[in-house]
Amino acid sequence: MIDENQKKYWNKNLKYLVMLLGIWFLVSFVFGILLVDELNTIRLGGFKLGFWFAQQGAIYVFVILILIYIRLMNKLDKKFGYNHK
Amino acid sequence: MSIQVWTWILVGITFTLYIGIAIWSRAGTTKEFYVAGGGVSPLANGLATAADWMSAASFISMAGLISFNGYDGSVYLMGWTGGYVLLALLLAPYLRKFGKFTVPDFIGDRYYSNVARSVSVFCALLVSFTYVAGQMRGVGLVFSRFLEVDINSGVIIGMIIVLFYAVLGGMKGITYTQVAQYCVLIFAFMVPAIFISIQMTGNPIPQLGFGGMDESGIYLLDKLDGLHKELGFAEYTSGSKSTLDVFFITAALMFGTAGLPHVIVRFFTVKRVSDARKSAGWALLLIAILYTTAPAIAVFSRTNLIETVSNKEYENLPDWFGNWEETGLIKFDDKNNDGKIQYVADATVNELFVDKDIMVLANPEIAGLPNWVIALVAAGGLAAALSTAAGLLLVISSSVSHDLIKKMINPNISDKGELVAARLASVVAVCVAGYFGINPPDFVAATVALAFGLAAASFFPAIILGIFSKRMNKEGAVSGMLIGILLMLFYMMKFKFDWFQGGTKEDWWFGISPEGFGTVAMITNFVVSIVVSRFTPPPPQEVIEIVENIRIPSGVNEVQEH
Repeated sequence: MIDENQKKYWNKNLKYLVMLLGIWFLVSFVFGILLVDELNTIRLGGFKLGFWFAQQGAIYVFVILILIYIRLMNKLDKKFGYNHK
Repeated sequence: MSIQVWTWILVGITFTLYIGIAIWSRAGTTKEFYVAGGGVSPLANGLATAADWMSAASFISMAGLISFNGYDGSVYLMGWTGGYVLLALLLAPYLRKFGKFTVPDFIGDRYYSNVARSVSVFCALLVSFTYVAGQMRGVGLVFSRFLEVDINSGVIIGMIIVLFYAVLGGMKGITYTQVAQYCVLIFAFMVPAIFISIQMTGNPIPQLGFGGMDESGIYLLDKLDGLHKELGFAEYTSGSKSTLDVFFITAALMFGTAGLPHVIVRFFTVKRVSDARKSAGWALLLIAILYTTAPAIAVFSRTNLIETVSNKEYENLPDWFGNWEETGLIKFDDKNNDGKIQYVADATVNELFVDKDIMVLANPEIAGLPNWVIALVAAGGLAAALSTAAGLLLVISSSVSHDLIKKMINPNISDKGELVAARLASVVAVCVAGYFGINPPDFVAATVALAFGLAAASFFPAIILGIFSKRMNKEGAVSGMLIGILLMLFYMMKFKFDWFQGGTKEDWWFGISPEGFGTVAMITNFVVSIVVSRFTPPPPQEVIEIVENIRIPSGVNEVQEH
């Protein structure tokens, strides 16, 4: 059976997942695909912004998202005492 | 020195290195053979995952695909990287905590049924075989162009090398050769990209360079859009696929990436749950280096190609044109007999055919880079193809020796016997893969892209629900997986192989291409699984405890010997 601690840990974990996956969806599917034509009217140097998100920006954000996730979870593990092996 | 001598030298050095590593890291137990002993460091695993992941398709074909499709090529860039976010957040840590050897292991135990295990073995074999044949073809392609041996001998040389280190070293040998292969392939990919970026824009960072200006002060992308308009192609930065299709293809590639067994098993090789997260981070970072460079190469090579050939006298073209014509990958047909090359979108007037696969390989030649750089690209292409092939072969052999023989046919087999079975299975798998490399049936090329759809339609929902839903039972998971994969196979056969009366673009359901249909099949899998599970008995208590256990990172068992 699970104790309170486990339940809290899991709920917090789910909260992080929703937040991070929300950003994941936003930069790729929304910025890179659904709103690409609108964003393409804005320019970032030689790039049209929508095109840049689809071929560059989304990938950078993906890397950052995983790094944030690693940090958040390491902290959470520590807080709940799950960081030992 | 000539390109060929340089290529022999570089390929010789790298192959010797791979074989040396394989001898040094031989596997002695099944645990070493399947998961490299379970003690790989996060960085080493990240490097190995990146090499495992970046196949001949990523290295050789992707930049070419983007080059010819412009914005539409974004599906590969977002799809093949975004999947890692899903892997890192939704799969890797929990599967590592579960701590077994293979994906069918998880499915079989979580869904307490050998039917579920068999279905997932079938899916794993189907996905891996379609994928590995493409790698062997890539090896043959590099050998035929750069070393002037024919494609078939190239495939056989590649088979022998992979056979050597996959059979001898298992996962342990594969892991450490993949670390070396990542270094070779990324160096080989970046050097020409940096050279060309400096040449064309004066900026040494290709990611910035392709947003820069040429010497006359025009933004490169604007120039390319202009050239495309002139020749009648769709605007480079806009593409021509429908938004809906781009959405579905990207999603299918992402979910498929997260469901590919050869990538998932890499996370079984690290020590702790937190290491699984870390190595996913390393993997994506290392992959992103190549994936953010590829669209830059695409723009450089597209511009270079058009400027070099369009409306030029055939007689005065540089040497590389003739070299590639010999391989049949460039064809020129002077329809109006004016001795010049008309390269335009209109098929009735167009006189030039360029195979997408050669853009990366020919790029350094087109840009006139030194011979050693061209040879380096050949060595990099081989590293990419061999590393992925080895990872796939391991999934195939462990599916047979572990999931079929040990778990279902003969549970009393000794560790030694299982190891022999695993090695024999990989020998057979290499031979089958080689056969498909030499005699590629037409459908191989078509199915490599669809392997992702198959993985998304079968594994992804079963694994996710297995972790995030305690209520999910075997009836739900098995019916979901079966309906998902059969639906995907049906759609693929109907629209790719013309079975079941075939059909054209107009007949696509909701206007979704077969490449994007994996998303539909995956959603169907989710819905079927959830509905069926609500009308059938919940899973037994000990399975619920497995789920509760994998959600907590501490208390990781060493991967058990069994």
